[in-house]
Amino acid sequence: MQRIDCLKAVYPALADKVVVTIMGAVAAELQSIGHRPNFFYLQHAMGLASSMGLGIALSRPEKQVVVFDGDGSVLMNLGGLTTLARYRPRNLVHVVFDNESLLSVGGFPTATSTGSDLAGIAAAAGIPRTRTVTGVDEFSNAFSEALAAGDLTTLVAKVEAVGPSAYVTDLSLLENRYQFQRFLKDG
Amino acid sequence: MPVSTAHSRLIYDALKACGIRLVSALPETWLVHLIRMAEDDPEMTLVRLAKEEEGVGISAGAHLAGTKSAMLMQNHGFLASINGIVSCAQLYRIPLLMLISHRGDFGERDPWQTEGGGVTEHLLRALRIPFTSLEHPDHIAKRIAKAQTLAASAHRPVAVLLHRDLMWEDT
Repeated sequence: MQRIDCLKAVYPALADKVVVTIMGAVAAELQSIGHRPNFFYLQHAMGLASSMGLGIALSRPEKQVVVFDGDGSVLMNLGGLTTLARYRPRNLVHVVFDNESLLSVGGFPTATSTGSDLAGIAAAAGIPRTRTVTGVDEFSNAFSEALAAGDLTTLVAKVEAVGPSAYVTDLSLLENRYQFQRFLKDG
Repeated sequence: MPVSTAHSRLIYDALKACGIRLVSALPETWLVHLIRMAEDDPEMTLVRLAKEEEGVGISAGAHLAGTKSAMLMQNHGFLASINGIVSCAQLYRIPLLMLISHRGDFGERDPWQTEGGGVTEHLLRALRIPFTSLEHPDHIAKRIAKAQTLAASAHRPVAVLLHRDLMWEDT
């Protein structure tokens, strides 16, 4: 399963969601499908995308928030899973694309390549809904179920360690940041 | 416990007065009253953290979503947050109000706090983070309001150092 196929499968459902992604392949691939003002790409600060999602979800409970995270980033902020679980924002769906690799810096394997189970860690942290999926249809269905469930979900998608040829796009970081803030203010 | 309840109340009221409605915190001795005040206040969202750097992301999200927030932490928590401060709050121009207890300064009895006390102000300067110090109750309301005003106008992190003379009553 490739991450970009997962993103394409759920892209239509993101039209009215508040979306936060991590840096690297996720950000570049989502932009390659089509940037929208409701998408924010946290291009550094590894580990903090889920924390940003929590801050948005707590501030705007009427909005549905989707975070596209990765195994390398989640492993840098495992404590953040316990904070997510503690406040249990029911309007947050936390997707983790697990390619068992730090792909953008050369593909070095992460601890999920030797068996660390992020859905298991999330469940043990207290996240009420967790699941690991390995196929695009399974991912798409699980994502729809998570949105419909109305509860905090961590959905781990096991994907291949392949990404785009380039990571820098023509959307500047601050343009993205202010456009996203404007979307949240007006939307 | 000789942490000043009265001064903690003045600090808390100053945060409320400048519109802060979300506080993220990791407990430390000097902050216990402030954290309890946030917990007891139905108008305040308190987020208890596992590690302080999470608070940078939470505040960034809250800001973009229209909520004014502050971080409450010890200076060692500030040290633990530096990558988040640089590569989230500074990179993305987030107004981040940080209230930092300045442990390890003159009068510190805990040996384990003393290294952090000596580097805190140097690191704030190195990071080009404007900071002010609260040493006397007369400082509290105006300096917190000014710190929040600068954070909001500059779209940058700003620090308020809480000193022993203000927070601790028996020294």
